[in-house]
Amino acid sequence: MLFLVKADMVDIGIGEAGLVAVGGYLVVFIGLILLMCVVMITGKIMVSSQARKRAAAPEIEAPAAPAAALAEAPGSAGELKLYDVDPKDAAMIMAIVAHQLQKPLNELRFKSIREVK
Amino acid sequence: MNILAFNILQTFAKLAKESGFGGFIAAGGWMNLIMVVIACVLLYLGIVKKFEPLLLVGIAFGCLLANVSYFPGLSAELNQTNALYHPELWEAFLDHASPYYHSYGHVLSNAGLLDIFYIGVKAGLYPSLIFMGVGAMTDFGPLISNPKSLLLGAAAQLGVFVAFFGAILLGFTGPQAASIGIIGGADGPTAIFLTNKLAPELLGAIAIAAYSYMALIPLIQPPLMKLFTSKENRKIKMVQTREVTKTEKIIFPIIVSIFVILLLPSTAPLIGCLMLGNLFRECGVTDRLSDTVQNALMNIVTIMLATSVGATMVASNFLRWETIKIIVLGLVAFGISTVGGLAGGNIMCKLTGRKVNPLIGSAGVSAVPMAARVSQMVGQKENPSNFLLMHAMGPNVAGVIGSAIAAGFLLAVFG
Repeated sequence: MLFLVKADMVDIGIGEAGLVAVGGYLVVFIGLILLMCVVMITGKIMVSSQARKRAAAPEIEAPAAPAAALAEAPGSAGELKLYDVDPKDAAMIMAIVAHQLQKPLNELRFKSIREVK
Repeated sequence: MNILAFNILQTFAKLAKESGFGGFIAAGGWMNLIMVVIACVLLYLGIVKKFEPLLLVGIAFGCLLANVSYFPGLSAELNQTNALYHPELWEAFLDHASPYYHSYGHVLSNAGLLDIFYIGVKAGLYPSLIFMGVGAMTDFGPLISNPKSLLLGAAAQLGVFVAFFGAILLGFTGPQAASIGIIGGADGPTAIFLTNKLAPELLGAIAIAAYSYMALIPLIQPPLMKLFTSKENRKIKMVQTREVTKTEKIIFPIIVSIFVILLLPSTAPLIGCLMLGNLFRECGVTDRLSDTVQNALMNIVTIMLATSVGATMVASNFLRWETIKIIVLGLVAFGISTVGGLAGGNIMCKLTGRKVNPLIGSAGVSAVPMAARVSQMVGQKENPSNFLLMHAMGPNVAGVIGSAIAAGFLLAVFG
């Protein structure tokens, strides 16, 4: 990789250009593969810590469970964030999407609904 | 009476000669006229055809303003007084031999309005702030839940390096070729950031090529997607990825910043701002800042970025054979990046036993969220019950990081 320390990289030959191109593509791959490993490791740690928490939770929170079940609405899966959208509009949007996809609402997961201004 | 009539006629003649209309007749004025027509065509594309209107309208109007106020054929004094953008100021700014080399004071004391806007481009401020806005608007959840999609973001940078090589073959210098290649990253702010550092003389043409092709993604990508994937594979339904916790979303921008910036320090302005914007969004205690970055700041910066980039399209910079070569190479870069992403998608499809729909690979070219929407659209055409959008968002945001890394590499080599 001597070309990387060359002072004047303005007029480069085809060979050098090929090296830069291949080297650059490799650097992008290596960078993102390493990042992928880091994200995977973090994810694994998070999932296992969550599993541990979940395993510990029923013993502590057992009496509260029926109340939680009652509070859970038969809406879409997961938590939904609304940005500048009132709940009525959000409900309508979700119903339309469910209808269009021909799927029950509780099998769909809406993450957020935002008004595009 | 005669003397009065003579004076009035002389005054009118002087006014006509010094007016912009006189500028069109002066030497080289016809080139300004062509640029005005080009600006009007770009305005038409932005307003009527809705090609990236938020940027193209500003770019086109900046181009119009520059070309009706600066005429190389008129006297230097007139241009000094009337022009909104002065290319000679920036030439002196970049000329090592000039006493005004890197002198913002000289620029400010002689600047027109668009020169002042352009300082933000020159300093790398606007692209970084736009990245902050992109970070604040982007949910990295799909990428965190499926980190393998980072590979598709990497594969889709193929066009950057193929176009770079092609540009060298066509006679461009190393820094110019690097700036042209980055069009393949399909990321406007990154293209502007890198071009401004390496080949500012090509900024107008590269910005126009980058944003035009980004607007044309729904036309450019689907034929390539159909050509490079099989009908059966396009129908593949992907399973829902795992739920990502709030903590993971908060940790992600911090980890990426530390890791990528340590790996390639030249990516710091782009990656740093992208991740700061995302941290504002996810941390839950800076909602006001997140809102400002996503809306007010983003809009203000877009206005200044677009008009000042448009202003660099003065006739003498833009009406050259190089511009046509850049437009062609940009298209090649875009197409090959799409093919690279699809190749990555096909490989992942095979390796996972057809659990990955290869169509999500084309979203690796960044262009958030347009490329992901195209993956969704093409996938749903083959299988109406298919819902690829969230799966395609992973490679899509990976493409943003990938193009920033590619830009960082090219900057490290040629900067």
